[in-house]
Amino acid sequence: MKQQSESRMHQRYLRHSKKFPNVWCAGCGIGIVLGTIIRAVDDLGLDKNDVAMISGIGCTGRMPVYVDFNTMHTTHGRALAFATGLKLVKPGMKVIVVMGDGDALAIGGNHFIHAARRNIGLAAIVVNNAAYGMTGGQHSPTTPSSVKTATTPYGHIEQQFPIAELAATAGASFVARSTVYHVRELESYVAQAISKEGFALVEAVSYCHTTLGRINRWGTASDMMRHIKAHSVTLTQVEAMSEDEKRGKIVRGIFAERDIPEYTKRYDEIIAMAQQEAA
Amino acid sequence: MTARLMQGDEACAEGAIAAGCRFFAGYPITPATEIAEVLSRRLPQVGGKFIQMEDELASIAAIIGASVGGAKAMTATSGPGFSLMQENIGYAAMTEVPCVIVDVQRLGPSTGRPTSPSQGDVMQARWGTHGDHPIIALAPSSVRETFDLTVQAFNFAERYRTPVILLMDELVGHMRERMEYPDPSTLDLEKRSDTRVPPEWYKPFENLPEGPNVNVPPLVPFGEGYRYHLTGLHHDERGYPTDRPDEIKPWLERIFRKIERSLSDILLYESEGIENADTLVIAYGGAARASRHAVKESRERGRRVGFLRLKTVWPFAEEVVEHAASRLHNVVVPELNRGQLVLEVERVVGRHKVRRVNRADGEMIRPGEIVAAIEDLERAA
Repeated sequence: MKQQSESRMHQRYLRHSKKFPNVWCAGCGIGIVLGTIIRAVDDLGLDKNDVAMISGIGCTGRMPVYVDFNTMHTTHGRALAFATGLKLVKPGMKVIVVMGDGDALAIGGNHFIHAARRNIGLAAIVVNNAAYGMTGGQHSPTTPSSVKTATTPYGHIEQQFPIAELAATAGASFVARSTVYHVRELESYVAQAISKEGFALVEAVSYCHTTLGRINRWGTASDMMRHIKAHSVTLTQVEAMSEDEKRGKIVRGIFAERDIPEYTKRYDEIIAMAQQEAA
Repeated sequence: MTARLMQGDEACAEGAIAAGCRFFAGYPITPATEIAEVLSRRLPQVGGKFIQMEDELASIAAIIGASVGGAKAMTATSGPGFSLMQENIGYAAMTEVPCVIVDVQRLGPSTGRPTSPSQGDVMQARWGTHGDHPIIALAPSSVRETFDLTVQAFNFAERYRTPVILLMDELVGHMRERMEYPDPSTLDLEKRSDTRVPPEWYKPFENLPEGPNVNVPPLVPFGEGYRYHLTGLHHDERGYPTDRPDEIKPWLERIFRKIERSLSDILLYESEGIENADTLVIAYGGAARASRHAVKESRERGRRVGFLRLKTVWPFAEEVVEHAASRLHNVVVPELNRGQLVLEVERVVGRHKVRRVNRADGEMIRPGEIVAAIEDLERAA
């Protein structure tokens, strides 16, 4: 029964005219995140014509081409800015923005904090694999200290950006973090993000076994998946932990859930005000 | 008909409204800020949207996104911001998304002199983004013409599915002149062309063999039932990434063809006294004002001087220039830079015929400098 509904979903949401297989390495977590987005859209009963998926550059940037929505693969770092223009013109459209950690937090870091501050109704999904995968495993803003990457052969000496905490501080309406191991939880967060009126951010913690996994001898994709499972804790669990115990843990949960007026709604008020004044 | 004393920047904003622009995204920068300020007040009055973005990278991205949503969209900036926008100008060319980018040129390079006039971005407008692509750039010389060419920029953007650059300069942007509003009903406004095919047949990058949309397949806005893909990667007719030379080449040829086959529509210029001239002055934008004055003064001194003023800077009016200068030995090209568009003039008419008059020190070229160049050339001949 489940299998049947999965295959119906493939028929309904994947592009038949697009030649598969996809660009991702076997064992990659990006496909899992794509699955959660498709199921969330289906569960929410959205019309495909009213859904847009916008991405930037990188492995995650290749996600939109496979799905039968209004899709746009933009330039590196700028997906949120493209999406901002589209959302303002089509406020009724559900605009999902998919980005990798390098795309969203390094080259696109400025747009990331400002989209959150502006609280524009976009659902941003960041697949965090802590590396630039497509270019071969260079360090990203979320690479942990001391890890070896293609551009830190002696070990990484910078700190990590905590994506979810950053979005919450910047003013997002909804912020959650889960992992590609905790698929049902991730799916529920993605659905909540798409439903949320204001800016919503879901950080999906993933891995890159092809680059960082190989360089650091972390094993296969399943080994890295097991590592995520073993090292993740919920927000409630983390409260009882000491600073030492918290180190290296992936904290899952909802980091912010606020009801603040959404940008395009507020702009409608500006239009009403301007038209009244002009009349 | 109403008339007002207004700046070139204001005329640009009003021209945009008249052209049907309903989305603007921008970032403050001298000497283009006034365009954003006027539109932040005017756009919501007509039901449009204005947004101040976090930088110029975001501004151009937002207007492309808005245009994909179906709105006529514009951004305005000056040199430093124009540099930041280059990558996404290429994206708009690659995805063939109509949009208007205003560059009110100021003296560069770098921060340069923000309130000094310049025409230093002419070559950047042509070649600023990487890779081969056609571009349309228009350069107004007066406040009223800024209004008219802003309308024209939107029309070209929609008609040819391309980014269009309005290459203003500080001189025209900050200058105040009497501006008579044209009757809106007299304005010819281009609408985005519609497709007649059902969604399953629709190809946003189709190479049509014939018909009204030959070379320019219609771009259906997102949300209208035509779910397609846009990418900055080379793509096939449906918009999906491709690495096949037999799909890349026809696309590249088409985007050049759509401009090259329509030069009679795109090339806007004004000429006077060319038929019996000994010397031809070719100018555009702010520098054309001093040039016009110099031409008049030289004629009053009995010299036969013709004047060609280019409103369309890119594509370069090769045949127009070639025709105008063919039997002449003296061509003068005044520019507020170290010599940019003159390179095109020299390419077309031959270097030995051309005298450059350049200033790139923050001051305007004075008519006397151009008159002196004309006289010097004629003495030498």
